[in-house]
Amino acid sequence: MNWRIIRAIAWKDLQEVRQNRMAWSPMLILPIIFCIIIPGIVLVGGPSLMASDPNAGTDMMDDMQMLMGILPPDLAAQIQGMNGAQVVAYFVLALMFAPMFLIMPLMTSSVIGAESFVGEKERKTIEALLYTPASDRDLFFGKLLAAVVPALLVAWGSFLLYTLVLNTLGWPIMGRIWFPTPAWLPMMLWLAPAFALLGLLASILISSRVNSFMEAYQLTGILVIPVVLLMVGQVSGLLYVGPSLIFGLGLVVWLVNLGLLALALRVFSRKALFGASP
Amino acid sequence: MTPTIQVDSLTRTFKGRPAVDQVSFRVEPGEVFGLLGPNGAGKTTLVRLLNGLLEPTGGTATVFGMDAATQGEAIRKRTGVLTETPSLYERLPAIENLRFFGTMYGVPANELGPRINQLLTFFELDARGHDRPGGFSKGMKQRLALARALLHNPELLFFDEPTSGLDPEAARSVDDLIARLSRESGRTIMLCTHNLEEAQRLCSRIGVINRGKLLAFGTPAELARDLWQGTWVDVTLNPAPTTELIQAVKGLSVALNTQVAGEHLAVQVESPKNIPALIAGIVNAGGQIMKVLPREYSLEEIYFKVQEGES
Ligand SMILES: Nc1ncnc2c1ncn2[C@@H]1O[C@H](COP(=O)(O)OP(=O)(O)OP(=O)(O)O)[C@@H](O)[C@H]1O
Ligand SMILES: [Mg+2]
Repeated sequence: MNWRIIRAIAWKDLQEVRQNRMAWSPMLILPIIFCIIIPGIVLVGGPSLMASDPNAGTDMMDDMQMLMGILPPDLAAQIQGMNGAQVVAYFVLALMFAPMFLIMPLMTSSVIGAESFVGEKERKTIEALLYTPASDRDLFFGKLLAAVVPALLVAWGSFLLYTLVLNTLGWPIMGRIWFPTPAWLPMMLWLAPAFALLGLLASILISSRVNSFMEAYQLTGILVIPVVLLMVGQVSGLLYVGPSLIFGLGLVVWLVNLGLLALALRVFSRKALFGASP
Repeated sequence: MTPTIQVDSLTRTFKGRPAVDQVSFRVEPGEVFGLLGPNGAGKTTLVRLLNGLLEPTGGTATVFGMDAATQGEAIRKRTGVLTETPSLYERLPAIENLRFFGTMYGVPANELGPRINQLLTFFELDARGHDRPGGFSKGMKQRLALARALLHNPELLFFDEPTSGLDPEAARSVDDLIARLSRESGRTIMLCTHNLEEAQRLCSRIGVINRGKLLAFGTPAELARDLWQGTWVDVTLNPAPTTELIQAVKGLSVALNTQVAGEHLAVQVESPKNIPALIAGIVNAGGQIMKVLPREYSLEEIYFKVQEGES
């Protein structure tokens, strides 16, 4: 492994991505929506709506009693003693939206991955690159780095922003620093990187089969499905995504990644790239 | 001395169809070797095989004595390739393009800056170094791509259709650069082209390829001799040859074939060595010779003769 080469490729790819608005604008828009706009609606708009409808609170408490009965005990313990507005904030922001913070790194890495792997094929720049003495492996890891780093920056940057917004806008309701809840740290540090890599590897593998950035971009959209399933499961009360589930899920994703990495390394070789029909 | 390139029965098929078919040849150090062939002949595929970018289906290719199929990395450190399309990062400034490739080719960081400046000046791009090649003309892109191919001072250069799509002036300036590279630094060059005039001007030896097969290989003179068997000599006489004179010439043992057109005689002899004997014979028979010209074939004639023999 030649670190100088890996770094040069990653740097070059990032400079190219910076010039492609199609590739980076989603990374900017999603965090703004999920970290500022939606929390604003839930924390500021929600309570004022409830205040205008005097029955809303009591209905809510009735529903809550029912909910407590069916909720997994871990989760029930967490919301024990909260009032209606607090429960809403907790459910929506700390639970329902958690998967969004997996989708963001996954999308970021898969978009940059598609841009850097298929983009070069599409613009026919890959040929000169492959004539350089850089090994297949160095080329691969340089491009991997170019996608993973921004994905993690987006994920962790958004997480910080989210934490800040939730605690400041949430102060009138919660009256304390309430976020992040225990599940969030393992999610951001263990699961989010796994998803970032998953998105990237999948997009690299898809890229090897298609010839345009748009095609790859659209196909990687499929990856969002498991995350959405997770979200549905959680919202419907079927499962509580607590620290232990996060750890287990992360383990599965990392193992899948290992398999995909082996596969991607084989696909991304000069001889495979040129041997395949254009 | 090890040949720079040695190719033996090299074959590469795509889905059962050969793109390079049982090709064998060698290129010596310092040579400018021209590979001539129409679209789809297999030129680009051959360049890829020689640089270890493709696995051969059969046969071997060695470059600098190293096996191209297994030692591509070591070979590529010493080769520079001008690809068919300039293959530049159009959104990155020209200098950034060169800096990136310099790093990829392992040019030491402290040498890279001066080297880039030197090449930009050489290719008359120094004023445009900070601009993006997306806005360059084709000729400028081609010169930038040439600069890129030379960054690491390669011993062997591959030019894949370096002048296709350029206007005559830009094409000429690229050709002049190639000639200069060969003359001044003694680099070995392999030039793929379907421009016969360009090959004639630049190449010392020629290979003609079509449908993956190498149909002919050698210097233009060698190829002409093989193709037309013997040398044709055009003799101009004044006065025009009489019937007796023509009979006498046809009777000469060195004259294999004789054709007449007015005051011109075209005589085929076995080799240029027989020309003095032919002249002596004509003079002895009373012919008054004004001019003797051994016929030289243009590459174009050679090329079409070879392709014709194939079909
Ligand atoms: N990756 C590939 N998959 C399938 N067929 C290929 C592939 N690469 C080349 N070929 C085929 O091999 C043959 C030779 O192609 P090649 O590009 O080497 O020709 P060329 O002499 O460079 O032509 P041109 O002058 O058009 O550049 C063509 O028939 C082409 O279609
Ligand atoms: Mg070609």
